[in-house]
Amino acid sequence: MIPLSWILAFSLALFFIGLFGAIARKNAISILMGIELMLNAVNINLLAFWRYLYSAHMNGLVFIAVVFAVAAAETAVGLALIISAYRNRRTITAGDFDSLKG
Amino acid sequence: MPTVNDFLLILPEVVLLIWALLILLIDLWIPDTKKYYTAVLSAAGLVISAGCAFALLGRTGSAFSNMVVLDGFSSVLSILFLLSGLAAVALAYDYLKRNAAQRGEYYTLLLFSIAGMMLMASANDLIMVFLSLELLSIPLYILAGFFRPRLASEEAALKYFLLGAFSSAILLFGIAWIYGSTGHTDFPGIVASIDGGRANYLLLLIGAGLLLVGFGFKIGVFPFHMWVPDTYQGSPSSIGAFMTVATKAAGFAALLRVFLVLFPAEAPIMAGILWGLSAASMIFGNTVAIAQMNMKRLLAYSSIANAGYILMAFVPYGNPVIAQEAVSSALFYLLAYALTSFGAWAVMIALEPAESDGLLLQDFSGLGRKYPWLGAALLISMLSFIGVPLTMGFWGKFYLFKTAVDGSQIPLVLIGLLTSLVSAYYYLRIVMFAYFKPGEPQIQPGRWASVVAVICAAGIFVLSFIPTPVFQFAAQMIMGMK
Amino acid sequence: MVNDWVYIGLFILISLFLPAAAILIAGWLAPKKPNKIKNSTYECGIETVGDTWVQFRVQYYIYALVFLVFDVETVFLYPWAVAYRQLTLFAVLEAVVFLLLLAGGLIYAWKKGALQWN
Repeated sequence: MIPLSWILAFSLALFFIGLFGAIARKNAISILMGIELMLNAVNINLLAFWRYLYSAHMNGLVFIAVVFAVAAAETAVGLALIISAYRNRRTITAGDFDSLKG
Repeated sequence: MPTVNDFLLILPEVVLLIWALLILLIDLWIPDTKKYYTAVLSAAGLVISAGCAFALLGRTGSAFSNMVVLDGFSSVLSILFLLSGLAAVALAYDYLKRNAAQRGEYYTLLLFSIAGMMLMASANDLIMVFLSLELLSIPLYILAGFFRPRLASEEAALKYFLLGAFSSAILLFGIAWIYGSTGHTDFPGIVASIDGGRANYLLLLIGAGLLLVGFGFKIGVFPFHMWVPDTYQGSPSSIGAFMTVATKAAGFAALLRVFLVLFPAEAPIMAGILWGLSAASMIFGNTVAIAQMNMKRLLAYSSIANAGYILMAFVPYGNPVIAQEAVSSALFYLLAYALTSFGAWAVMIALEPAESDGLLLQDFSGLGRKYPWLGAALLISMLSFIGVPLTMGFWGKFYLFKTAVDGSQIPLVLIGLLTSLVSAYYYLRIVMFAYFKPGEPQIQPGRWASVVAVICAAGIFVLSFIPTPVFQFAAQMIMGMK
Repeated sequence: MVNDWVYIGLFILISLFLPAAAILIAGWLAPKKPNKIKNSTYECGIETVGDTWVQFRVQYYIYALVFLVFDVETVFLYPWAVAYRQLTLFAVLEAVVFLLLLAGGLIYAWKKGALQWN
């Protein structure tokens, strides 16, 4: 079987790729994709811990379902906001949203 | 399997959620010209839920196999959230009409968000912490953009959403590591695992750090504050007022409980980080606020500084004697801050014309002469922000500083005192505009904002004569928290 | 343990080799006589008109968003359906309440005109 540490390293790498995407990208959709990658990394992490160490209880598995569903709701709201902003302003580049300053 | 008792313990939340769902559907058949029905209905729901919360005051217990817990801490905060919600409904009532945004969803989303906050204050499981955090945040993302298609509002919502989702992902990663370390997500299970020596200390520490970052975004402390000024400025003012008070309080509720219960052993390391966050927020918030000429942005930076003050008392949380005092003084300060902040925002909303991004400080010129009541409310709020005696703000800071001194955090207290002095400059500048500059401010139609302003100011003043009973009450309420 | 990985490695190599070989051999053997019509974009035999990067109507996105939420919520119904025979009455009622909540959302979307195509 694949050792637990490999999966954890994979999830860590995925999390940081997502983190980098969320921070470095300019396009709002790309930022959202980065955040989704981070959430997927969390799910892989949870799943690995559950499967290798704590498979006697279901709480880890249930948590994954919750994360999954909530992430979808969050994405739906986020995409709606992005579409709304795009229809109004014809851009979704985060740097172009600079009307608020002080 | 859940029993009736389980539902009884979360009765306020259940009532509020069912009420919100009903309003969501009822509102579909209320014609656009009569949306005030929705406002009244939602206020009624908040009052009923607050009644349930009062009835449960003093009861303790955990429900749904340790998912949520009811204790004094959660009860008091629930009532605070519900009252903030009432204030947000009152502030929105005329304000939305003025801005031609009288849509029923405002009230439904507000109720959902408050239910999330209440669940967050009573969360006893990391799954619940995450779920309630999302339940409070997702409606707020929409509410921040409620003045669609106005550019500022959409921008505020987008920034809040992107940083909010980002911070939840970080928080979730922290939870995953804690689960990996202990095999539990419920607080009693995690504590048992730590006490039994089965938990991996390093993983737990990483988890605690990531949780702190996630909560840091929600409470808006430096350096996780970048969304705060833009979001508060661009959102509808009633939502800005609600967020400065309630979102912050909810973030602190979860932060305090999680760290007190789960991570007392990590206190030596966490205290250093908390120290840095607190000092940086106080210094940054107060100095940047000096440069602000827009009232909304000024209040936003002031809220960053205030988050720093509350964190100050929490730095020595590892000491069990101080911990109780820290939580009660944080609760007390949250109450004082709620009154003060709502007072200041309400005065601004009363004067704010349609289609504006917040008043400039000059717009308050002449307020004291033309509208003595509003002027007085503004004056009292500003004095309370500074922490002048005879206001709740003074006692709030007094207890925070006292806790920090008891925890021997003298340098931090000095930073707090000095930054309070700095803050006096920009708060008093508003008062100077209101009282010593000639001008003709105009109250907008509708009196609810003025009513909220005067009630808050009266509360700040009157409660300042009985600080000890209030503090004792807070201290007594959190006795059974562990 | 290690042997399993050898098989996976072999499998990857073969799966890379077969399509690569097919493409290379075809490219090497086939006669090439390009002309203008052959090089044009092929789209169902009809000539392409205008830019391919066109914007879709916003209605598509509203549909997609509503679909996304309802689609993902079924993640809670799968375990419920699988374990149905062992469930207590309370758990069954819980799922019914969950479905009612979703129905409430659907009524809201319907009445707001999110399902209208105009």
